[in-house]
Amino acid sequence: MTEALKSETFTPENEEQVLEAVQWAVSEHAPVEIIGHGSKRAIGRPLQVAHGIDLSRMTGVTLYEPEELVLTARAGTALDEIEALLAENGQELQFEPMDYRSLLASGECGRGTIGAVLATNLAGPRRLKAGAARDHALGIRAVTGRGDVIKSGGRVVKNVTGYDLSRGLSGSWGTLAVFTEVTFKVLPRAETQATLVVSGLNDADAAHVMAQAMGSNAEVSSAAHLPESVSAKFVFGALPQGAATVLRIEGFAHSVDYRLTNLQNALDRYGACRRLEADETRLLWQQIRDVEPFCDDTERPVWRISVAPGAGHQLLAGLRLQTGVDAFYDWQGGLVWLRMEADAEADLVRGAINALGGGHATLVRANGALRNQIPVFEPEEATLAALSRRLKEQFDPEFILNPGRLSADL
Amino acid sequence: MTTPKMPEPYGDVLKRRAQIVRDLRDIVPGEGVVDATNEMRAFETDGLTAYRQLPLVVVLPQTVQQVSRVLKYCHKNNIRVVPRGSGTSLSGGALPLQDAVLLVMSRFNKVLDIDYPNRVAVVQPGVTNLGVTDAVAGEGFYYAPDPSSQIACSIGGNVAENAGGVHCLKYGLTTNNVLGLQLVLITGEVIRLGGRHLDSCGYDILGLMTGSEGLLGVVTEITVRILQKPETARAMLIGFPSNEEAGQCVADIIGAGIIPGGIEMMDRLSIKAAEDFVHAGYPLDVEALLIVELDGPEAEVDFLIERVGEIAGKNGATMSRVSTSEEERQTFWAGRKAAFPAVGRISPDYYCMDGTIPRKKLPEVLAGMRDLSEKYGLAVANVFHAGDGNLHPLILYDANKPGELERAEDFGNDILRLCVEVGGVLTGEHGVGVEKRDLMPAMFNQNDLDQQIRIKCAFDDLHLLNPGKVFPELRRCAEMGRMHISRGQMPFPDIPRF
Repeated sequence: MTEALKSETFTPENEEQVLEAVQWAVSEHAPVEIIGHGSKRAIGRPLQVAHGIDLSRMTGVTLYEPEELVLTARAGTALDEIEALLAENGQELQFEPMDYRSLLASGECGRGTIGAVLATNLAGPRRLKAGAARDHALGIRAVTGRGDVIKSGGRVVKNVTGYDLSRGLSGSWGTLAVFTEVTFKVLPRAETQATLVVSGLNDADAAHVMAQAMGSNAEVSSAAHLPESVSAKFVFGALPQGAATVLRIEGFAHSVDYRLTNLQNALDRYGACRRLEADETRLLWQQIRDVEPFCDDTERPVWRISVAPGAGHQLLAGLRLQTGVDAFYDWQGGLVWLRMEADAEADLVRGAINALGGGHATLVRANGALRNQIPVFEPEEATLAALSRRLKEQFDPEFILNPGRLSADL
Repeated sequence: MTTPKMPEPYGDVLKRRAQIVRDLRDIVPGEGVVDATNEMRAFETDGLTAYRQLPLVVVLPQTVQQVSRVLKYCHKNNIRVVPRGSGTSLSGGALPLQDAVLLVMSRFNKVLDIDYPNRVAVVQPGVTNLGVTDAVAGEGFYYAPDPSSQIACSIGGNVAENAGGVHCLKYGLTTNNVLGLQLVLITGEVIRLGGRHLDSCGYDILGLMTGSEGLLGVVTEITVRILQKPETARAMLIGFPSNEEAGQCVADIIGAGIIPGGIEMMDRLSIKAAEDFVHAGYPLDVEALLIVELDGPEAEVDFLIERVGEIAGKNGATMSRVSTSEEERQTFWAGRKAAFPAVGRISPDYYCMDGTIPRKKLPEVLAGMRDLSEKYGLAVANVFHAGDGNLHPLILYDANKPGELERAEDFGNDILRLCVEVGGVLTGEHGVGVEKRDLMPAMFNQNDLDQQIRIKCAFDDLHLLNPGKVFPELRRCAEMGRMHISRGQMPFPDIPRF
């Protein structure tokens, strides 16, 4: 149907132009790829579309009031620009959006746009304590696949006026609407941070130690376990040899000291403890966030798996018996980064997750052929899938926005 | 009474009432179906008592299967359903309809599982908010969102309304503390969303459900995050000669990188009412009072109390007291938590509003309120979740004086319009319900509202679940589906391209 049209990539500079581009796509029944910097373009089912809407020129912070803890930006604004602006004011996006570029070898792309941060619901190691992008979104403006401009939410933290579309559209990967503007809650940066490293634990003991730490009043902001196979790849080999269970504490300097000491006293019977100072801590958690051990310039399949924190090590123990894998844990064990030695083994991985009480696995890295063959995002159970499909139809009845990227039906 | 116009009852449903009651008794046996008028009186209103309506029949299911069968039956027979938790909604979210089954979830009152290593509790929707905390307090845990009605309100209702509380700025709203739901669609289909793991791999339907005011589905099970209690918590009372100085103090505290566990503000009238009622030791010679709670490790709390004290001093605070015991901390809060009933003692009736504004607009909004107060001849007391800009003006009136209720409502509507004008919203935590339904166009245009209704259509295309709430008009889903752009209609757009 689109043969008559040459391939077009629109680069709108404002909302009206986004609207015009989408309306054109609706009118021509011409599916479009929604793209920011392209840093996450290799995630999802490969798209079969000739046209694109590139939002990277629709930039600019339109509102930033540090004392009100709020920032609004046009969807194409570069995330690194926003992070720099916040840092100047001692603030940050507390959910620490991860950077996929090294893992996906998309280093030539920009860091990503703020619209994509919400569209892909990025998070980081603070997920348990501080949430993901969805938890910090206050408001959005967007163009739906029907060719309508809509808004939802606002610029205030507490708001229950109408359905919560800031969250409803989070993680929809551009398949429901094109964000034109997003508003986030921003928060003060911690004055300092430190990490307690507990050495030499096996995965099961590490799970226990992480649960203890996260459930203590030391206010641990993130807990990860780096098995021996990967631990040397962090902080330029500065971690003690062997497996490292790492616990981050952030806040005012003497509060950090106090809590870290308490935590160490509670945990040193499990293994040798060491403290990492602020600079090493920053680097360590950035590397955990960005999956450093598997940034290997290969296309070996990498899964991003979310399960109950206590189930992560059980999942891995089971998989190790059946296939060749390497892995490490974030989110107290609830986020497993899993690199396969050979095949993706989707059925094996997803079957094991199911058997352990549920969760989801995303094949974040794989070659295009594999991503065509295997559902990249966890398939939904039939009733839920039907509901998702009805939602898609209500936002994008012509299936023109990133069609098929999330699943064949969406 | 000025109840907003509710959807025209389905005449055939009213006519078939006896048969419907019999059919429902087959699904929910025993005392689970209530149809006697005197027994249904207990359910005719919620926390917004100005509006009352007897339902068609009350059903109190006990199992997920019963909920599923009731909804499926209603769907098949085109019968409306109003879900209800504890009935504490302040916006009329659970107001019955004459032709609707009132589905009361109060018998779903069990804590199903507590999982400390993963720090979650799995509960049924009829468990009270405080009931969740009570179930885990023994191990030193609690559930963070704490609406003032927490003794009575149900966790299912909290999900429906995305309830807040005084600790939201630091610990988030309901939506940030719910990990999973089991819900039943109007078709009777049962769906699970999330669980003990984080985020979903598809659309964030969990996010959509939270705060959907009973219009999308009936929640039958909830997995919530539980948190370790902070090592210590202390509260400060700080008095100011003006609201502006108190407001600036809040901005400066946050500007200094301090996020208190709670930060509340009261104006002169509410301070006096609360002090007369609970004797919390509030100063009576100040225009504005801040209650600032700092929680965390002791060393940190002591340090922050000092810093907040300095900031308050620079902003002209005329009094400051720090709690020295847990008992005193509770006393500081007692006045604030009793502010609504306290105001109820100084006025025959009061009408509680719930706008949120950008914090810095507080002086402007308070000034606007003073003008409106004069215009309508009604007094207004203010309590304010100062950290997150959520304002609760309490309009004092006497329903027995002709015209006063109407004046109070008009006054309230003007306040909410003012909140929207300064960049805020109609409701911060009480929900739209019936109360603010007709004000929705002040915040949303037709496109915005239509797309929200389309979401409703994806869940409930016959508008059977809680109709007449949230949206000012019911628009048929079939009509909503039409597109206004057709092939070849758009000229080739004139947009920069590669």
